[in-house]
Amino acid sequence: MTPSQEALTQDRGSAISVRDLRVAYGEREILHGISFDVLPGETLVILGGSGSGKSTLLRTMVGLERPTSGEIWLGGKNMATITPKELDDLRKTIGMSFQGSALFGSMTVGENVSLPLKEHSPLDDSTIEIMVRLKLDQVGLAGYENYMPAQLSGGMKKRAAVARAMSMDPQILFFDEPSAGLDPIIAAGIDELILKLKKAFGMTCVVVTHELASAFLIGDRMILLDRGVIVANGTKDEIQVSQQPRVRQFLDRIPEPELKDELSYLQMLIGDDATARK
Amino acid sequence: MAITDAVGRLAIDNFAYVGSLARLTFRAAVAVVTGPRQGAGLRYRRALHQAMAVGVEAIPIISLITFFVGVILALQSAHELKRFGAMEFVPNAVALSLTRELGPLMTAIIVIGRSGSAFAAEIGTMKVSEEIDALETMALDPVSFLVAPKLVAMLIMMPCLTMWSDFMGIAGGAVFGILGAGFTITSYFRATLDSLLKEDIITGLIKAFMFGMVITAVGCQEGLMTGLGSEQVGRSTTTAVVKSIFVVILVDLGFTALFYFTSPS
Repeated sequence: MTPSQEALTQDRGSAISVRDLRVAYGEREILHGISFDVLPGETLVILGGSGSGKSTLLRTMVGLERPTSGEIWLGGKNMATITPKELDDLRKTIGMSFQGSALFGSMTVGENVSLPLKEHSPLDDSTIEIMVRLKLDQVGLAGYENYMPAQLSGGMKKRAAVARAMSMDPQILFFDEPSAGLDPIIAAGIDELILKLKKAFGMTCVVVTHELASAFLIGDRMILLDRGVIVANGTKDEIQVSQQPRVRQFLDRIPEPELKDELSYLQMLIGDDATARK
Repeated sequence: MAITDAVGRLAIDNFAYVGSLARLTFRAAVAVVTGPRQGAGLRYRRALHQAMAVGVEAIPIISLITFFVGVILALQSAHELKRFGAMEFVPNAVALSLTRELGPLMTAIIVIGRSGSAFAAEIGTMKVSEEIDALETMALDPVSFLVAPKLVAMLIMMPCLTMWSDFMGIAGGAVFGILGAGFTITSYFRATLDSLLKEDIITGLIKAFMFGMVITAVGCQEGLMTGLGSEQVGRSTTTAVVKSIFVVILVDLGFTALFYFTSPS
């Protein structure tokens, strides 16, 4: 595909374009042909219940999973056909904050944040040290350079992970369940941090979460994933008033209906879940 | 047919596993030689840190074990040699057994227990806690970042530890030689040096080098293959130890046979 064809395939003005994306683990397909766009500077929240495929979608968007078919256009490159060298170059322009922080336990917080800079930038040690302090200050962890990750609380680890994700000044930040496992006050602090970073640096953010309060606070637009398909895609106001049954069920916290009869129960047990719930 | 199918499948799986070890070692070796200059200082420091953990910190336990192995070898040799009135050959038996076989093998088994298992546990834990994924999203190759420093450390430290094991084993043999076989310190070590050829030490060191490669490859490969959940880390660690010992013995057999059949005498 020529560069001009590539530019045409990615929607003009989109930071990320996903087209008919399918991802499978072995025989089991997780994402069943989904398409959406993320505009520059916006925060897209990917909502969905457990097992809906939202983490798989995020992992595929950062190149940790290979799509079985479809396209993910990011920075003018299709992640489905990208070469390893191009993927490495692309990854230097994105940052990812993992659900469990994924800080390197054998390194201090400062070493964690400085790692991408030491590996990829020509900056000298004293400049990197200043940048590390700056990044930690931006996430409210000034003075924690020499702490080990094990000495930090859950919220502080998340902040340190965000500082590391931001160390290369990425254009796009990905967050996997940023407030999972945190108490409401600490979770609110993380939401505030994401809003602050977006306001200060105009970053494009993609956030995977199932925390509704957090999603409506930080999101500009939302998509709701359900069993590997997008059931709703719109602004947070549109999602809020949507009458789509799965959206209402998710927003109104309505549990899954009881299985009606023995046959449905048996179908569920043998894995024919879709038929069972009809 | 079912048996032949199972045997065939087992053979294919094992060849595939050996292939994966070779591929990992090759990628790590390439990363050592052609790795980017950027961040090289960090990787050297990691290699040095690994060398301390693999080599220097193992010296006390290796010294103790190989010293006792030396005493045991001397006692066992003396038991037979005494019957033929050939006690003066105790230093020869101890020195040859240690330098050609038991020095490298005992060192490898101790290093598997200390470091091969640690490699699998460290990388397995990193896999479970998404740290390997984090490396990849930062455009850092886990093989270059994690495996290459371990390989460098192991390839340098295994021969060094083996030489130390040889020395401590011979010292152990000397204790029996002096106390139970009528040698003096000088006569025991002179007899040892007279019995040893350059090839005896070199073949032992070649084995140690290969064992180091195997221990790193199996430990790191098992770590990288760890599934989800902390239970899997324990499983990877156990598997790494068992497979490392098995592969080390196989490599030992191969090299011993090679040295035997290619030896000029």
